[in-house]
Amino acid sequence: MLTSQRLAQSTGATVYSRLGMRASASFHTSRSLKALPTFVSETAPEEFGETKRTNMFQAINSAMDIAMATDDTACMFGEDVAFGGVFRCSMDLQTKYGKDRVFNTPLCEQGIVGFGIGMATMGHTAIAEIQFADYIFPAFDQIVNEAAKYRYRSGGEFECGGLTIRTPSGAVGHGGHYHSQSPEAFFAHCPGIKVVVPRGPIQAKGLLLSCIRDKNPCVFMEPKIMYRAAVEEVPVGDYMLPLSKAEVMIPGTDVTVVGWGTQLHTLREACDKAKAELGVSCELIDLRTIIPVDMATIEESVRKTGRLIVAHEAPQTGGFAAEIASSIQKSCFLHLEAPVERVCGWDTPFPLVFEKIYLPDKLRCFEAIKKTSAF
Amino acid sequence: MLSAAGSRLARTNVLHNNTLLKCSATQTWLRTCRQSRCMSTSTTEKERTRFPGAIANYTQELKFKVPKNEEPIETYRVMNKKGEVINPECDPNLPEEKVVHMYKTMVQLQAMDNVLFEAQRQGRVSFYMTSYGEEGTQIGSAAPLLPGDVVYGQYREAGVLMYRGFTLDEFMNQCYSNALEQGKGRQMPVHYGSKKLNFQTISSPLATQMPQAAGAAYALKRKGEGHCVVCYFGDGAASEGDAHAAFNFAATLDCPVIMFCRNNGFAISTPTNEQYRGDGIASRGSGYGIDAIRVDGNDIFAVYNAMTAARKKAVENNQPVIIESMTYRIGHHSTSDDSSAYRSIQEVNYWDKEDHPVSRLRMYMTNKGWWDTEKDDELKKTSRKNILAAFGKAEKVAKPSIDHLWTDVYDEIPESLKRQQEELKEHLEKYGREYALEDHEKL
Repeated sequence: MLTSQRLAQSTGATVYSRLGMRASASFHTSRSLKALPTFVSETAPEEFGETKRTNMFQAINSAMDIAMATDDTACMFGEDVAFGGVFRCSMDLQTKYGKDRVFNTPLCEQGIVGFGIGMATMGHTAIAEIQFADYIFPAFDQIVNEAAKYRYRSGGEFECGGLTIRTPSGAVGHGGHYHSQSPEAFFAHCPGIKVVVPRGPIQAKGLLLSCIRDKNPCVFMEPKIMYRAAVEEVPVGDYMLPLSKAEVMIPGTDVTVVGWGTQLHTLREACDKAKAELGVSCELIDLRTIIPVDMATIEESVRKTGRLIVAHEAPQTGGFAAEIASSIQKSCFLHLEAPVERVCGWDTPFPLVFEKIYLPDKLRCFEAIKKTSAF
Repeated sequence: MLSAAGSRLARTNVLHNNTLLKCSATQTWLRTCRQSRCMSTSTTEKERTRFPGAIANYTQELKFKVPKNEEPIETYRVMNKKGEVINPECDPNLPEEKVVHMYKTMVQLQAMDNVLFEAQRQGRVSFYMTSYGEEGTQIGSAAPLLPGDVVYGQYREAGVLMYRGFTLDEFMNQCYSNALEQGKGRQMPVHYGSKKLNFQTISSPLATQMPQAAGAAYALKRKGEGHCVVCYFGDGAASEGDAHAAFNFAATLDCPVIMFCRNNGFAISTPTNEQYRGDGIASRGSGYGIDAIRVDGNDIFAVYNAMTAARKKAVENNQPVIIESMTYRIGHHSTSDDSSAYRSIQEVNYWDKEDHPVSRLRMYMTNKGWWDTEKDDELKKTSRKNILAAFGKAEKVAKPSIDHLWTDVYDEIPESLKRQQEELKEHLEKYGREYALEDHEKL
């Protein structure tokens, strides 16, 4: 387990922003640290073999290393990936696989995704990086109108399933408007792509390898606050974790709590607090894949607990929690004993100095559990 | 035209003189500087900059590069409006059989446009876009390509597909959205595609295919089988951000791709002088470090020669090339557009009657003694007959099975979608009769 101090140090150590700023650990005051959740390391299934202490950027690097080694057509590209990437995810890959397989592109997101689609239509594996999820919007047209519809519109004649778009997302403590966003819900409204968010290094490696090898275009959102902060024993070998499969992280009996990415660590703390102070047993579920969604796992849990809370960093209105809430109220109407609660970012742009009171932190999640279980 | 060019030349001369005057003023100033030892030697003038962004000479002259003062890029042409080859050395000397085949494809394309345009007017297909006036551009550029070369189009390149071997049945099936169509009836008419002919399926969003073409070319370069990508787009699409992305990526990543612009003067109602202020599209090439050429798109041999040379450059040097083919969009933008609302019939008539790619090639063939009126009448009759036969056939084919609403969204139908599939099935069990399900093929 990492202390919150270490979390902040390792997170803030070298974050290069798009503006060329270098944020440092000293940015955090001791008071702001309390807003950050504690990462609890997990144990990988034994069948995945030998493990090594690895943080999330290293786990992602390892996934790409394996993807490149096992597939000669695989290339990775984006802004500043050649020297290792602004978050170090592509460290040493150019040295190992050559300049024609790991390369910088001009600074143009629509170009990066369009280029990746083109490679994928030739049957090659394209791993494109968008430097921050906040900057994926220039490529929205290429993702939504092109990548997502490529197979359908051609009747299966052509497809771009070899494309994976990796992008750092989520709050980082001091990212302001354009280094903090969680745009998954914009993409959730788009049939044809898969959207995946991991909760830590073991998950990141296994899910990323699945995305890269999946026959559909995938958007893989990496919660950037965990790149350095989250460290655990990650299997060194080649393994994949299933897409469109939610995972019950912590079993419980009273309330179902659903989240993804960093939010799971906040939720875990809130669940612990609820257990300790209220004696409420929460079942914590990691959705992992936003679309195509695994609603069945949530349904099964809600039929048992009769209560549901969904939490995410992104703003509430139109956020993916709304989709889960409405689906569950329909499929589990007779089992629900309280209204479905959503604990989300407020409907404002992501603010700099107000980050702590913007995020759906432990206390807001705890309060939701308290209200729901007492309804 | 001539007088305009003349006055432009005159203006250039005046400017040139002004420049000379400024130069001599600068030299006087330089001399003064040297005397006062503020500059040591004449090499100072030649010193190259060391800025990483651009290595260039320094100058002491405050001078903007003014595009208006430069001569427009010339339009490459092989034969004149009468089908006469201007310089015999430029004649690609294609064999009779090939030229006749190219001509027949153009006429077939016109016949198809005639029939399907009328069919849309009668409400038998929902939408259509003709290629009138651009037949030479399309066939001339398709002819030098190899079957392994990959084509990305915009939507007005049916001739390219026809030359590559897309059958009339395939065209008709697509426009009719019937069960035999490759696309399973999901896209609007004229959104063709063919895997076996290496023609990527057309999509409506403009210019999105351009960076994709660069990426595909990069993959072909890695494959190393000597193939290139050709990417077609209009002068309007070239204003999209994706065009910029494509040119820049293709250049910096050394992609063997030919960026082929059909500059037909209009983007729906918008004339080119509201589309750009530079010298068309070809002039953008130098800004991106891309070799570019402008050709007379109504001259099939000019297009053919440019494409042949561009293909060689792309494949042998792994470099992009821009071809800007100048044409005129004789037809309406689409069946949803009435072009008389924004341009004169006289203007359209000039291009239709006096400078048309099909008649120009016909005159070339007639001059060679390969063609005559009798053959031409016969060809037109047969072409229309073939189209009508394919048309009648396609009309009778059922619509695709409704199960294809769900397939191909992903490689496999996910659980979340299976639930909706089930929901629709239940609904149709109750209300199926209201949905003309009998028009659809049973799976």
